[in-house]
Amino acid sequence: MKTIIHLDTIEKRFAEAVVVPPLSLTIEEGEFLTLLGPSGCGKTTLLRMIAGFEEPTSGDIFLDGKPLGHVPPYQRDMNMVFQQYALFPHMNVEQNILFGLKMKKVNAAEQKRRLEEVLQYVQLTELRKRTPKQLSGGQQQRVAIARAIINNPRVLLLDEPLGALDYQLRKSLQLELKNLQKNLGITFIYVTHDQEEAMAMSDRIAVMNKGRIEQIASPAEIYNTPQTLFVATFIGENNIFRQASTCTAVRPEKIKLYRTDEQPGKHRCKGKITDAVFLGNLRKVFIRLDGQDQVVMAHQYAGDGLDWQVDDLVAIGWSQADEVKLPC
Amino acid sequence: MKTWRRNVLSGYSWLMLVFLYLPIAILMLYSFNDSRINAVWSGFTWKWYLSLFDNRQVMAALANSMTIGIISSVLATVLGTAAALAIKHYSLRWRTFVNGLIYLPIVIPEIMMGLALLVLFSQVHMELGKGTLIMAHVTFSMPYVMVIINARLADMGKELEEAAQDLGATPWGTLRHVTLPLIMPGIVAGFLMSFTLSLDDFIISFFVAGPNSTTLPLYIYGLVKRGVSPEVNALSTMLIVCTVLLVIIAELFRRKDSKTITY
Repeated sequence: MKTIIHLDTIEKRFAEAVVVPPLSLTIEEGEFLTLLGPSGCGKTTLLRMIAGFEEPTSGDIFLDGKPLGHVPPYQRDMNMVFQQYALFPHMNVEQNILFGLKMKKVNAAEQKRRLEEVLQYVQLTELRKRTPKQLSGGQQQRVAIARAIINNPRVLLLDEPLGALDYQLRKSLQLELKNLQKNLGITFIYVTHDQEEAMAMSDRIAVMNKGRIEQIASPAEIYNTPQTLFVATFIGENNIFRQASTCTAVRPEKIKLYRTDEQPGKHRCKGKITDAVFLGNLRKVFIRLDGQDQVVMAHQYAGDGLDWQVDDLVAIGWSQADEVKLPC
Repeated sequence: MKTWRRNVLSGYSWLMLVFLYLPIAILMLYSFNDSRINAVWSGFTWKWYLSLFDNRQVMAALANSMTIGIISSVLATVLGTAAALAIKHYSLRWRTFVNGLIYLPIVIPEIMMGLALLVLFSQVHMELGKGTLIMAHVTFSMPYVMVIINARLADMGKELEEAAQDLGATPWGTLRHVTLPLIMPGIVAGFLMSFTLSLDDFIISFFVAGPNSTTLPLYIYGLVKRGVSPEVNALSTMLIVCTVLLVIIAELFRRKDSKTITY
């Protein structure tokens, strides 16, 4: 794997506020990297620094080993898909898509060839003469992507590109985007606050919090072996058991429920069920531990024949291998 | 009870409208009066309008107004647009301050501005005439252009310009292909507004006009000193109609939604 982008201890401050404390990050060529974090965690600022819309207060960004320093956005070999698409309202689909090639003065024949190719690729051939206003949200999104990829950028930056769409459409576009990335072989840097989206699409996820990267790893690693308390609780659901200076995280689906008289050797704690929520494929059971304030969440898969009721007294247990030890 | 209140309120608003427009309506009505005496209605006629076109002084004043109006509004539009585009890039605090300074001429009493300009022109020994009139008109129209363009730019946001830059457009390319086309309705509205202001201005023009640069409002003022004749009514009516039309057109352009314009 070859490094395509390297962030070398870049920092961003606005006035006195530190938005991104010094941070380094290496992005491999052809990978789908997601910057995931709650709003205000600095992920968009990081993306905008890579694109060149914000200048790092210190540190430098390298593309293919060359420092980008003061290189303006229009000379960086990457393109961005904006959150609200930012399609030009006074141009039709075709003119929007061709904008980049026109600005780079690509010859007309080449422009036409690439236009047809891209239009077909994103299935917009029929709509080529429409203006953005005459398109649905999903269609506008396709135009935004077509407008970026027609330039054959080295890197595609995507700032919550699915944020404005409804749930069903988002789901199907997630897969489309992932396939697009695989087929084109372009490096994707994708910003989102939606962990499900990040899980579904990414090769690697960088979980961000307060401007810092808490952990950067594959979705499975992030989920199974979180390295910080923030990652453990931000990604999916988790039970955190505090003991002195260490925390133990156990996923709800790893927690087993027993009747108090059943297999006493596997019990860890006892408690009373305070809530049981049926969600179709699983049942979320909430247990208040005896003598403690803590409520533990356990996912019981529907069809296991057990029917837990509120106020039942239960014992819980889990296997040692499912524990994740975290500093806290 | 409710209908009673509604009747009083609607009666009051009608009264307000009468109060505002009755003088103008009377002036317009008497411009069609056959009699020379304003107080007596003796029949409908177009003759005062026709006689205006035979009047060399009126035609000269009209030509002056047009020349000054067109030149000053073109200059005000170009300068105002450029200034609005420049101010956008300043930091917020500085921008607020500069904008405040620029809007000030809108609220400064015109008589002060006329006097100030007169003092300035005489300080630098500039001969009063069309040149000084044009400069004065640019000065008071430019803030209006800037107000309109600023609103337009704020409406547009920065994302479209960023998208253009991201796609390889230089700052100049971005201006030419994205910013200017999108604020064009504002530019047209600003131009029409400036032209209207220039055409209508009396107070400031009164201070800075020279012997051969009488504009229509100045000419009308001169005529009124010798009594309100039907010609004055006719001329004023034409000025009012032109102004109202221009303002309506400017307003239509100003309200044009940036998301729907196509070229």
